[in-house]
Formats: sequence, C-alpha cells, structure tokens
Amino acid sequence: MATETQAPEAEAATTAEEQLTEAIAAAAQPDDEANVPVQRQLVIINWSGDFDKVLPTLIMGSVAAASGYKTSVFLTFWGLLPFVKDSKRITGDNTMQKMLSFMQRPGISHMKMSKMNFMGMGPWMIGKLSEQYNVASPQELLEACQLMGVEFLPCQMTMDMFGLKREDMIDGLGDPVGAATVLELMTEDHTGSLFI
Amino acid sequence: MSDVHTTVDAKGLSCPMPIVKTAQAVKTVPAGELIEVLATDPGSVKDFAAWTRSTGNAIVEQSEDDGVYRFLIKRS
Repeated sequence: MATETQAPEAEAATTAEEQLTEAIAAAAQPDDEANVPVQRQLVIINWSGDFDKVLPTLIMGSVAAASGYKTSVFLTFWGLLPFVKDSKRITGDNTMQKMLSFMQRPGISHMKMSKMNFMGMGPWMIGKLSEQYNVASPQELLEACQLMGVEFLPCQMTMDMFGLKREDMIDGLGDPVGAATVLELMTEDHTGSLFI
Repeated sequence: MSDVHTTVDAKGLSCPMPIVKTAQAVKTVPAGELIEVLATDPGSVKDFAAWTRSTGNAIVEQSEDDGVYRFLIKRS
C-alpha cells in the first residue's frame, strides 16, 4: 500500500475504497435468483432388467422425482422386458422373438435376480424379506414412480428387435426414443446419469 | 403458530416410501402450511434433510421419541 498522503493519491484511494464498499454492499444484497433451487435432472439407463437392479432404478427414480428432479428412465434391451404387461406371456412376431420371450419371461412380476436366482427362489426370498422389513415391492415402486411423474422412455430399437408393440407394454410409458435423445438429456446441466 | 395441515404416517416404511409419501402429501398442502412426518427409518433423517434442500421446503422442527422420528416441514 502507498504510504504517501498527498492529496491526489488520497482522493484516488478513497474513491477506490468507496467503490469497494459499494461492491461489497451490492454483493451482500439477497439475490432473488439464489433462492430458487436449481432444476436438477436424473437420467437412468435401465438396461439389465434384473430384479435386484430394477429395484434401485425404481427407488432412485421415485426419490429423484419426489425431490423435484426431472427424471427419465430409458428402458432398453433386457431392461425393457419388465415393462411389458404381466399378462403377456409370449411376445414377438417370428420364432426367435417368441423363443426369447419364452426364455426371458416379460413382466415386472417375473424378473430374475442377477445373483442367487436359484431358479426363482431368489425373488421369492427377497419378497419375503421385503414384507418383513416393509420394503416396497417393484410393483409399488413402479406405481410411486408414475405418481411422482417419472418419465419412462422405451427404446425403439429394442422394441423392433424383440418384436414388442405398444399394446404389449404397460400403460403410462412415453413415446419410444433412441440413443440420441438420451445422450442429449444425459449431457445437460445439473444432470446425473446412471447405467443400471 | 399454525396447526399441522397434514400428517404423513411413514412409521414402519423403508426407503424410499417416507420421502415418496411426503412428496405426494406436499402436493396437497398450500404454501406456508406445516406437514408433520412420522418415520421409524433411521436413514430418513439424512434423507429428509437432502429432500428439503432439493425442494426448497424447510424442516422447522425435528425430534426423536423412542425410535419414532418426527419432522415438522414447512411447505414453501
């Protein structure tokens, strides 16, 4: 700092000090914009379709939506099958597609575990544990998601490949989209994405 | 001191239901009113703090009595 106290410098210093004081005062003013919570987004790519993986998809999805996030779940590949109506046992047009649905039963009530499936014992045991500890079932969580406004986006390519039609799918899904749509969402500001 | 407008009984429910049920209830509550949430899930303590930060609602009061957590939330 200059130690001279000559008039011109003193004046210049005072003006600078005044400007600084003003700037500090202005910054201390409550900023209206600062009180508005920023719009966050969660994008989940639901690929695996496993029971133990669709659960976190639906839990993260419902909580994100409950917390005001714009929430989208992209249903692709195996992850699309749980969102076929439970009542549809065989889907598809050609033999291969029908075989596929025969071997990987569609519907949210028929998902398999990624570990310890034990030919179906796994999901049953998780169901029992859930009842005991009041953990919501996949069906309840799906309902919660839909209530909270989570957007479910089916993958057009998967629908084509597996021979799935709109009528095969549960109600409330969005229009089918592709990778470009999802990529755009994933790279927006304030967005978190998950591959499940 | 305005009375509690709505009580959400989330006792016995696990993640994510306390948050989801509260978010549903909040939709029906006018701004400035109070919501009381009762939960037994210990994880819900941090969850509600995060949720109120994300949604702009505020926790006015928080207490625990014999395993039951009580949150008093003001709808912004």
